[in-house]
Amino acid sequence: MNTSWETVIGLEVHVQLITKSKLFSGAATAFGAEPNSQACAIDLGLPGVLPVLNETALKMAIKFGLSIGASIAPKSVFARKNYFYPDLPKGYQISQYEFPIVSGGSLSFTLEDNTTKQIRITRAHLEEDAGKSLHEDFHGFSGIDLNRAGIPLLEIVSEPELRSAKEAVAYLKTLHALIRYLEISDGNMQEGSFRCDANVSVRPSHQTKLGTRAEIKNVNSFRFVERAINYEIERQIDILENGGTVIQETRLYDANKDETRSLRAKEQANDYRYFPDPDLLPIIVSADLIKEIRKTLPELPREKSERFERDYGLSAYDANVLTATKELADFFEQTVQASYQSEPKLCANWVMVDLLGALNKTNLDITESPISPERLGGLIRRIHDKTISGKIAKTIFEKLLCEKEDVDTIIEKQGLKQVTDTTAIEALIDEVIAKNPHQVADYKSGKDKLFGFFVGQVMKASQGKANPEQVNEILKHKLGP
Amino acid sequence: MHTKTIAELLKILDKGECSSEELTKIYLARIQKLDKTLNSFITITEEFALSAARIADEKRRKEDKAPLLGVPIAHKDIFCTQGIKTSCGSKMLDNFISPYDATIVTKLKEAGTILLGKTNMDEFAMGSSNETSFYGPVHNPWDPALVAGGSSGGSAAAVAANLTPAATGTDTGGSIRQPAALCGLTGLKPTYGRVSRYGMIAFASSLDQAGPLAKTAEDCALLLQAMAGVDIKDSTSIDNPVPNYNTMLNNSLEGLKIGLPKEFFGEGLHPEVEMAVQNALKTLEKMGAKVFDIELPNTKLAIPTYYVIAPAECSSNLSRYDGVRFGYRCDNPQNLEDLYKRSRGEGFGPEVKRRILIGTYVLSAGYFDAYYVQAQKVRKLITTDFINAFSKVDVILGPTTPSPAFNIGEKTKDPVSMYLCDIYTISVNLAGLPALSMPGGFVQQCPIGIQLIGNYFEEGKLLNIAHQFQQLTDWHQKTPLTFKE
Repeated sequence: MNTSWETVIGLEVHVQLITKSKLFSGAATAFGAEPNSQACAIDLGLPGVLPVLNETALKMAIKFGLSIGASIAPKSVFARKNYFYPDLPKGYQISQYEFPIVSGGSLSFTLEDNTTKQIRITRAHLEEDAGKSLHEDFHGFSGIDLNRAGIPLLEIVSEPELRSAKEAVAYLKTLHALIRYLEISDGNMQEGSFRCDANVSVRPSHQTKLGTRAEIKNVNSFRFVERAINYEIERQIDILENGGTVIQETRLYDANKDETRSLRAKEQANDYRYFPDPDLLPIIVSADLIKEIRKTLPELPREKSERFERDYGLSAYDANVLTATKELADFFEQTVQASYQSEPKLCANWVMVDLLGALNKTNLDITESPISPERLGGLIRRIHDKTISGKIAKTIFEKLLCEKEDVDTIIEKQGLKQVTDTTAIEALIDEVIAKNPHQVADYKSGKDKLFGFFVGQVMKASQGKANPEQVNEILKHKLGP
Repeated sequence: MHTKTIAELLKILDKGECSSEELTKIYLARIQKLDKTLNSFITITEEFALSAARIADEKRRKEDKAPLLGVPIAHKDIFCTQGIKTSCGSKMLDNFISPYDATIVTKLKEAGTILLGKTNMDEFAMGSSNETSFYGPVHNPWDPALVAGGSSGGSAAAVAANLTPAATGTDTGGSIRQPAALCGLTGLKPTYGRVSRYGMIAFASSLDQAGPLAKTAEDCALLLQAMAGVDIKDSTSIDNPVPNYNTMLNNSLEGLKIGLPKEFFGEGLHPEVEMAVQNALKTLEKMGAKVFDIELPNTKLAIPTYYVIAPAECSSNLSRYDGVRFGYRCDNPQNLEDLYKRSRGEGFGPEVKRRILIGTYVLSAGYFDAYYVQAQKVRKLITTDFINAFSKVDVILGPTTPSPAFNIGEKTKDPVSMYLCDIYTISVNLAGLPALSMPGGFVQQCPIGIQLIGNYFEEGKLLNIAHQFQQLTDWHQKTPLTFKE
């Protein structure tokens, strides 16, 4: 029998918040410092130390909650998650368990086929990060770096409503953009600021009961998430189709081998013995605080995308692409400004196609673009006022990528200004007609396709500078019907 | 000089009749000479003390107004002291030199006190007789065959033997009041949150509170004044103004309503202890107090509740002692698990292990609701009992302990009978209330403590009552013969 299978995915994302100090201590949080140079007595879990909550981290969590329409708990509680590990200095992690700060809310995103999907968020809670164990270079020992210990994390848990690896990636990208819009995280995946655990299960399409899930731990790139989930789906279907059963377990994705493998079975799992942390009072959030934080919410990706469609007349797809990151959206809007608001759609094209294409080739981020929005906008302004043709614009664009000069200087220096003088264009056309008597005869005898040839010749003769519209018009007139 | 109270010593220092250095030397010499029989100190900080005393004398010449300038004290070895060993009575921390000062250590330093040394205690404050200490039991100055009480047994014995004018302690289930009672001292456990817990090594975080042990209520007031107050480093400390305790000491007791909980006078109470309580009541009545019978119906649940909550918290608090970063580490660990098992197995004593096991058990999946959650509910009931009582009376009075000091070794084989020593003190910690123990008589040669329990933040009232009581009684002036000279 050929069963069709449905995939069920829920994601847990750990977002590192960009506070200056740690969640419960005053130690700094910058990435890449000397091992253990950013760990104070509290991070080391010395006898007698006590945690004090970083209010900025709390406000960031609330900001996130508000941005997804979640409810903010008026009273939430920090709990201790107890387990032994060398990089966990206190022997417990301070997290939230029964009473998280954020619950409910949802995230919407557009898929490649332009359909929109909404995924509900179960909860988001604050917790401290653990340190890092270093297993190399210590000759039979392990090194412990506690710089990361105590860094604030927001763990965001989705409902198991994602149905494919592609949806999971779309959800993650949307979430990633959101936390950067909110300026609560740098979202740097290489440095571990945005880490994802995926709970994956499959079930026969007609079945409502969930299948047994495996949890894939700590996948830190969008590409790997997609590959890990797809591998896992296939693995589980394979087991089930061969009459086996999927075991509930934690699995690790190995990017080199492109496979997931068992890390530990649930039976061996720790009993974390959660209980409310007696060193921290429950967090009480007032309506006033929520109001105050709501005021700081920026325009969110979805709102921005809708505004781009409305105000700039962009397609939903273009608006989506351009609002994928705040930096890109800002770049686009600055370009529109610099082009004197002349042609937003043209701006969108240049940013999305030409600029992103060029950046992609050189592996640069929009923030590292060698062409500023002012220069790109200047270029578009000259297209709009017909100083240059679209074709010449491409040439100038290439120059902008490697030169510092502004558009008008390049046009001036290289004599790239468009020829719009009718007399000059007529002269060029006459020259082309005179040089190609055979083609003229063929054209007149009905070979309409040759019209393009004449346009090409004229443009070539003008070194591309003749206004193509005028060339067309005058040619038609001269060659006759 | 060594029998003087802090209040008296301050006058002597002010008049220049004795310098802080001289005073410090007197106490250091006494510790050297007399502590062998008591074992009340783990560490003696002679050099620190002498240099601090000289600085204090210098400051006094410059008219420094620090309230306790030049007064020697001792800290229970549970308080972190920078550059000084802080063992918590455990082999686990025998090698631990704290890199920082506890908040109360800083505050008492700023108030001008001179640290003589760190006192012996039950391991991680878990015990009622100071017999669980890695450094051996503390002997009671009234009779070296007897326990000094615990867990602040070293502090109590040292003050009672005049090795220090006063000492700090901590009280999680009676650890200040019980040794104060058994050694004939005044000891105060403040309201939970009144004194910072930062730098005080945690046993059970929701119950632990630091306080003073001294000869008189007046001295306790002086010390509490320096210790109390909110601390940004302790989220559970409470921002409530600290009154001037000294000015409250002489308030009249006229019309004071004293509640007598019938549950504190049942089975197990030594008849002579009961008699001492009755005598104390008569004294207070003479000063205008009125006595009312009250009920604290859930008192009998206090010990089982405490022995769920305290071990649960301790099992988690003591997880950090894993041999990785500081403290005891076993020899030649074979692997990580071996490192954990042997470091903790060899570093902790049996009572600590017992409580870690109980605590781990009650927090485990499947038992959490039946034990921990249930205990928290009972804790609320116990608290409600007190709140109801304080709607009728100003203060609650009873015995501190069911009986006077017992023999060393008498109860070590029977943990439950040991736990029962704290029957009258433990419910106070569960409710977070302030309570004080003051000397109220003797059974043969052994001191008896009277306990006063106050409403939240009414330390001033407790100190006031005890001070007035001490104006009409002389139990607090008695000194064990061996340590008089």
